[in-house]
Amino acid sequence: MLPKLKLSGLEAVTITEASKFVNIGERTNVTGSARFLKLIKEDKYEEALEVALDQVRGGAQVIDVNMDEGMLDAKAAMVKFLNLMAAEPEIAKIPVMIDSSKWEVIEAGLKCLQGKGIVNSISLKSGEEDFIRQAKLVKRYGAAVVVMAFDEQGQADTYERRIRICERAYHILVRDVRFNPADIIFDPNIFPIATGIEEHRNYALDFFKATAWIRKNLLHAHVSGGVSNVSFSFRGNQKVREAMHAAFLYHGIQHGMDMGIVNPTMLEVYDEIEPELLNRVEDVLLNRRDDATERLLEYAESVKGSVKKKETDEAWRNGTVEERLTHALVKGIIDFIDQDTEEARQKYGRPLHVIEGPLMAGMNVVGDLFGAGKMFLPQVVKSARVMKKSVAYLTPFLEEERRNNNTQQNHQAAKILLATVKGDVHDIGKNIVGVVLACNNYDVIDLGVMVPAEKIIEAAKREKVDVIGLSGLITPSLDEMVHVAKELEREQLNIPLLIGGATTSRLHTAVKIDPAYSGAVVHVLDASRSVPVASELISKETHKQMTTRVKGEYAVLRKEHESKQTAKSFISIVEARKNAGSVMQRVQPKQVGRFEFLNFPFETLRAYIDWTPFFQTWMLAGRYPGILQDAVVGTEAKKLFDDANRFLDDIIKHKKLTANGVVSILPAKKVQDDVKVYQDQNESTFHFLRQQNKKVQGQPNFCLADFIADDNDYLGMFAVTAGMGLEELVAQYKTQHDDYAEIMVKALADRLAEAFAECLHEKVRKEIWGYATEEKLSNEELIEEKYKGIRPAPGYPACPDHTEKALLFELLQAEKIGIHLTESYAMYPAAAVSGFYFAYPESRYFGLGKIDKDQVEDYAKRKGWTIAETEKWLSPNLGYQH
Amino acid sequence: MLNPTPQGVQISEASFCALWCKSIGKRSMKPPLEQLIQQRILVLDGAMGTMIQRYNFTENDFRGDRFVHHPCLLKGNNDLLCLTRPDIIETIHRQYLEAGSDIIETNTFSGTTIAQADYQLESIVYELNVEAAQLAKKAVDDFTKQNPDKPRYVAGAIGPTNKTASLSPDVNNPGYRAITFDELVMAYKQQAKGLMDGGADALLVETVFDTLNAKAALFAIETLYEEEGKSLPIMVSGTITDASGRTLSGQTTEAFMISLSHVPLLSIGLNCALGAKQLRPYLQVMDENTEFFVSAYPNAGLPNAFGHYDQTPEQMAEEIEEYLKDGIVNIIGGCCGSTPDHIRAIAHVAQRYQPRKRKTEHVA
Repeated sequence: MLPKLKLSGLEAVTITEASKFVNIGERTNVTGSARFLKLIKEDKYEEALEVALDQVRGGAQVIDVNMDEGMLDAKAAMVKFLNLMAAEPEIAKIPVMIDSSKWEVIEAGLKCLQGKGIVNSISLKSGEEDFIRQAKLVKRYGAAVVVMAFDEQGQADTYERRIRICERAYHILVRDVRFNPADIIFDPNIFPIATGIEEHRNYALDFFKATAWIRKNLLHAHVSGGVSNVSFSFRGNQKVREAMHAAFLYHGIQHGMDMGIVNPTMLEVYDEIEPELLNRVEDVLLNRRDDATERLLEYAESVKGSVKKKETDEAWRNGTVEERLTHALVKGIIDFIDQDTEEARQKYGRPLHVIEGPLMAGMNVVGDLFGAGKMFLPQVVKSARVMKKSVAYLTPFLEEERRNNNTQQNHQAAKILLATVKGDVHDIGKNIVGVVLACNNYDVIDLGVMVPAEKIIEAAKREKVDVIGLSGLITPSLDEMVHVAKELEREQLNIPLLIGGATTSRLHTAVKIDPAYSGAVVHVLDASRSVPVASELISKETHKQMTTRVKGEYAVLRKEHESKQTAKSFISIVEARKNAGSVMQRVQPKQVGRFEFLNFPFETLRAYIDWTPFFQTWMLAGRYPGILQDAVVGTEAKKLFDDANRFLDDIIKHKKLTANGVVSILPAKKVQDDVKVYQDQNESTFHFLRQQNKKVQGQPNFCLADFIADDNDYLGMFAVTAGMGLEELVAQYKTQHDDYAEIMVKALADRLAEAFAECLHEKVRKEIWGYATEEKLSNEELIEEKYKGIRPAPGYPACPDHTEKALLFELLQAEKIGIHLTESYAMYPAAAVSGFYFAYPESRYFGLGKIDKDQVEDYAKRKGWTIAETEKWLSPNLGYQH
Repeated sequence: MLNPTPQGVQISEASFCALWCKSIGKRSMKPPLEQLIQQRILVLDGAMGTMIQRYNFTENDFRGDRFVHHPCLLKGNNDLLCLTRPDIIETIHRQYLEAGSDIIETNTFSGTTIAQADYQLESIVYELNVEAAQLAKKAVDDFTKQNPDKPRYVAGAIGPTNKTASLSPDVNNPGYRAITFDELVMAYKQQAKGLMDGGADALLVETVFDTLNAKAALFAIETLYEEEGKSLPIMVSGTITDASGRTLSGQTTEAFMISLSHVPLLSIGLNCALGAKQLRPYLQVMDENTEFFVSAYPNAGLPNAFGHYDQTPEQMAEEIEEYLKDGIVNIIGGCCGSTPDHIRAIAHVAQRYQPRKRKTEHVA
């Protein structure tokens, strides 16, 4: 285990290679924010806390607090503010950076933090003795530390001085103070550039070079800096400053800067900087030409004060405000929504009237077009983005009105609560349902993923919701849904329950969930059905009728299911084992052991993407590439495909995601239906299940174990993810209310993970195991599974027991590459694939189907489980009543 | 016998005793805890309070002769019994050692000036800790002598105090704090010194419900070690309050661990508030994320409607066996509601399993 920088507020933050860059929120700093200073000076701590909250919501992962101002009692202000922050869970969840040049302020701050924060900063300014004393105390208080490149001679301003001071400080800290090297963060000084002073020309470049040197030579240490310093000469020109910050960060990160004090809510995207401006900024940063400063100043003059207007003289701008809003919603155009919303607000007088009037009218047009199949999901999601932005604009006015009137709104949209159940992390489908419902005038409360039953119920009661929608993708989620239904029953709630997600089914809903709950339970096949179902359930006129009808249908289904049950004919597990296929040849691997693939190039993976499921995610039916020419959905599919490729370009170019994988090939042997594997003299056992249905002559009762020989054979394993960094990306889109981008990157990450699995399997066949060196298959042939050998995944038809992932992950040490398991054995990040490799040429994919009680009992024994536990984990495969 | 331990000598002079204990410590053949913990699962003791309750002590028992004229009520001050009913405390220690405890805790959960202020007994705190450690030490030394193959140890118990450094007791004033870090450091340092002087083999900062209090305790202990020029192993045990999976002060298990991992601990773990079954998920988080050894001493189930614990020794041992099967603990014991019978059942199960393997060496 490499030393990692671990920090904590109420929650843990671990900084790894995959974190790429940690935003440290800067606005709670009296030296950097005039507004914050004013609030503190006027003792308006409540409002000052809101500044902190904004930073957290804007994406700050650590919050910097600085009270160093001549007119303030910095120590008292620091203590007061930190204590108040501790009482706000949303702020307190992230770690604190105590920022002061006065040791006594730092020490007072450290005494207020229950979590592990960061001290900013200490340095060799007053010699080694002071430095060591302070470092020892920082360690004893349990904090990480920023070390400024500053020594007895002053602040380092050249490359050489920067690295020498950091090197000296590092050795003192690690050797003499025994500081954890991962807890050291260097600040090699970001100075203003483009100041006109000749000596300053190399400041940024020297910072970058020093950063690269530190990251390479001072093991495990990190590099941070106060980014806004760099643009100090352009105070008052926000456009140029933001471009400078973005470009500086871009280059800093390339050189290994992994933390930075920034305003997370104001970060310009590097890509979106105007090329001309970017060019001039980079000339300055990288000291590329002699007249760089002059040219940037010249540019700055030209844009000063003027907010740049985009060239859009399109005809639709001439319509009425209602027409413009509808147009923006239908076309998904976000550029003018704030100004149009404001115009509507003034016209309609009350913000609520804007929502209920023109916005809703526009969304009704969208809903009608969608219902008529004239708009497709990707477009609807873009409409929702516009709607959200407009509502976000109106929200402060709504709240103000509420404050003034102090009255409750009497007319409110029906509320629908959505949640992916505990143990499950998959939410693309749920998010799509959320968008579709929101577009149809429902107030959607989305509790996110891994939501325990208590939380669902608590929120349902608090918000007085009209419908609860549960989602889940992996099979253990089915049980969790039953659990939620039982809890709802226990609480005597009568809120209709919608069930959705890839593994859910009408039959499971009828047999397991519906009997647990006396309220209405309805399985919803896909997002488009959610609207009519929800409206029928909510409407007073139809609610009762609908409930009775569905309950009746489900009762019939249950009956049918029961009668089928008894009719099903199994053979005993003993007999099934006799009818096992037998292994004829084992395949000697070229290489045995564990192989890691970190930072796997996305350029390579791209060619392996299977696009058909991507279009399914977006509810566009058809196979790729034919779908692009489809008469009905072709145009939208093509647009979506182009968008997807643009996102992919961006992901690849800016390394927004990271793909990590691991493969392990270990000696193994079959023992009945188990496979024993050997790693470092340790024996462990995978448990597999065998088909038990009666087969025609010559058809074996398959079990994966049959693809391994009784002795001297090998089992392969793998786990891959393409979702490292996804969470940050999604959080960013969330703050921008951009559902489209959020669903898009999630769907792409899923595809990339699958592509990675495909690519790695090929590598294993051709190189590592090396039994198919001659194989030449196109991507289409790979998708059609034309290769030799298989890669079944736990939780899927051939081996439905998700819990086998625990051993799989342990042997693979999958956590090392950043993939974890939830309590329901879902993989996290969700964009991940894991499974086994069987090299035996006759091995094939099959579905286990239903199994009988004798195998369940046998399996329970093998797993060391009770029968009840076994039935719980295998419930979708049980072929008998239990 | 090689071990010339003086027997039956009654020593009440604290300073002399400290010297005596030190000399025993040097001469004893006991392996250091750090070594033994790698070889087997170590068994802690069970509840002290539950055992004391059985005696139905009156106000007079708590007062003894010494505090007859003390100005306020002393009933319920369990720690004080180390001075006024040392016979009973020693008996309880011996019952746990008899049951198979490798490590017993001193009866000093509230042995700080902060907690004793409720009884106006700040002045006796140092003495109380020294005496408590000596009492436990005496029992432990007897058992170790009888069976040198099963050496026993004293963990000096350092409780959370009754004040929180990172939470305000006043809902209308969230920035207010009833206690400061510095006050906690001062109080904890005094308690730690008493326990060390009394002959504890390790210090156990336990039932942590506010991590900032624990950070103050660790700060005090490290400062004390530096001043004294010697050190004992440090154990930490936090409390997950309920099914939210967080400490009272709001931290997740992982955040709690990160906040205290700057000190080279012998072990980190969880105790109290939950039964073994409910504690398990959080313990797994610890097992997965720490480089230290892991301890657990859950309550004997959850309290019933009357606030009593009715989990039987067998039930508790069965739930704990689940930890052992998975190899996620190194030290195991009981908290509220557990008795010597519970510990006997747990010790019986524990001997059949291998201890958890530590993930890697601590970096610093």
